[in-house]
Amino acid sequence: MGYNISVSEFLESRDIDYGDFVAYVNAETRRLNSKLFFFQSVCELKTVEQNGKLSGLPVSVKDCICTKGIQSSAGSAILEGYKPPFDATVVSAIKNEGSQILGKTNQDEFGFGTFSVNSGYGVPKNPLDPERTCGGSSGGAGGITAAATFPHIALAESTGGSISCPASFCGVVGLTPTYGLVSRYGLIDYANSLDKIGPMGKTVDDVALMLSIIAGYDEMDSTSLPEKQKHYSTEGGIKGMVIGVPKEYFENVDEQVSKSVWNTIKKMESAGASYVEISLPSTKYALSAYYIIATAEASTNLARYCGLRYGLHSELKEGQSFNEYYAKTRSAGFGEEAKRRIILGTFARMSGYRDQYYMKALKVRTLVINEFKKAFKKCDLLAAPTMPITAPKFSDIQKLTPLENYQMDVLTVPPNLAGIPMLSVPCSSGKLPVGMHLMADYLQEERLLKAGKVVEAVK
Amino acid sequence: MPVSVEKVAKAARLNLTPDEKKRFQKDMDSIVEAFSLLDEVKADCEPSFQPLPVKGTLRSDSEEKSLSQKDALANTKHKERGYFKGPRAV
Repeated sequence: MGYNISVSEFLESRDIDYGDFVAYVNAETRRLNSKLFFFQSVCELKTVEQNGKLSGLPVSVKDCICTKGIQSSAGSAILEGYKPPFDATVVSAIKNEGSQILGKTNQDEFGFGTFSVNSGYGVPKNPLDPERTCGGSSGGAGGITAAATFPHIALAESTGGSISCPASFCGVVGLTPTYGLVSRYGLIDYANSLDKIGPMGKTVDDVALMLSIIAGYDEMDSTSLPEKQKHYSTEGGIKGMVIGVPKEYFENVDEQVSKSVWNTIKKMESAGASYVEISLPSTKYALSAYYIIATAEASTNLARYCGLRYGLHSELKEGQSFNEYYAKTRSAGFGEEAKRRIILGTFARMSGYRDQYYMKALKVRTLVINEFKKAFKKCDLLAAPTMPITAPKFSDIQKLTPLENYQMDVLTVPPNLAGIPMLSVPCSSGKLPVGMHLMADYLQEERLLKAGKVVEAVK
Repeated sequence: MPVSVEKVAKAARLNLTPDEKKRFQKDMDSIVEAFSLLDEVKADCEPSFQPLPVKGTLRSDSEEKSLSQKDALANTKHKERGYFKGPRAV
């Protein structure tokens, strides 16, 4: 029997044979993974159904989110074999609501990438065309969300665009919440002042449902916002909303992508919103500021991987210094892009260069934040393409230099730097999906969801 | 990049192969040059260490269950008598 039904149909249905469902999902997940490498590890669902708002629903969890007793390696060989003795707060939340973990989704090592090609556990392939990327860094999450022939929601994570990018390339919905709205406790950090856990789903309703379960204050995360858990509605439409369209976000964008997004903006106008073109002049500086801040924070975070307490170990030798031991393990365990970012981030914090790079980047971040704040005084939402291109082929990705790779994040980095919420929704019906990026002021997730629901309807 | 990658890598406890040194030096030179774009920005403002004002909140000062010693040591290969074991330094 097939189970290609929506999450809400699944949760409302009373006549599903759960044993049969589990057998189907387990077999289908293994089949998909053997071809498309969405998972670092697949978990076998059990037939014991739990009660709750996600009763029996398979949920995939990005590899960088700690799951008790299940390898959590953030896509890195340096964490191979690490089985956390605890669950991240978001994982406890979904378990308490009766969901089951489908597996740990593949990703770029520690989130370092835009195409999920920097993983220690294989490269996830786009289910719409396996010669193309799923995007990154939550590539496995995007891929399984698009490919699943059963109800499913993914827990993903974004630092500079890692939810929006794969959502755009795989044609699914990705919500990156306001920084601090969802607890980061149990997240294997990339950059603490930028990391956000968020959901990916086939529909706007799916991500709204998941946000209603994972959002809210957590005393285990000292950067958690004092927000109460609540139900996030997608209903209400966009009548009267003013949509800002930043002109800088359409520069150097693929023509087809630009066209799809503009068509959708016009349809949103027909649905009762109005739009106004605006300018965010600091956009061109955001990419540099982001990479300096993110790598500076990453280089300190990754200092903890020394090969003594978990993950990859080296042999202990007589007469070996601690530093020699650390360097040996780290050099063997970190992949190329991790080493590159550690070096870049360490440099940006070095005495003599800290003010010129790290501190300057933090000031540019203030400018970016202030421009968004100003824009939200006259606009309810901002709309732009999520990515400047559609999913590229692996053969083209190989030709990119590291700098050209970083430049792919030019549209997702500014809102991530500012910590505002964003939603990527598919807005094209062509062969390759195009994502529309909706951005809103802090804690205005519900506004994004309502607008996203309209985009879904008019597509 | 005004510093050699070898020096930075040493500070970050990374051993680089001769090939990595060459490749990373080239990469860093072009990346850092591109990031120098920030030099042209006039930013007379405070730095944002966080995107939102975050109050460093502490939990209540009460005793709570913590990780057991067994669980804390469960992921290491190097342990002895209930402790993590490192290389013999002296």
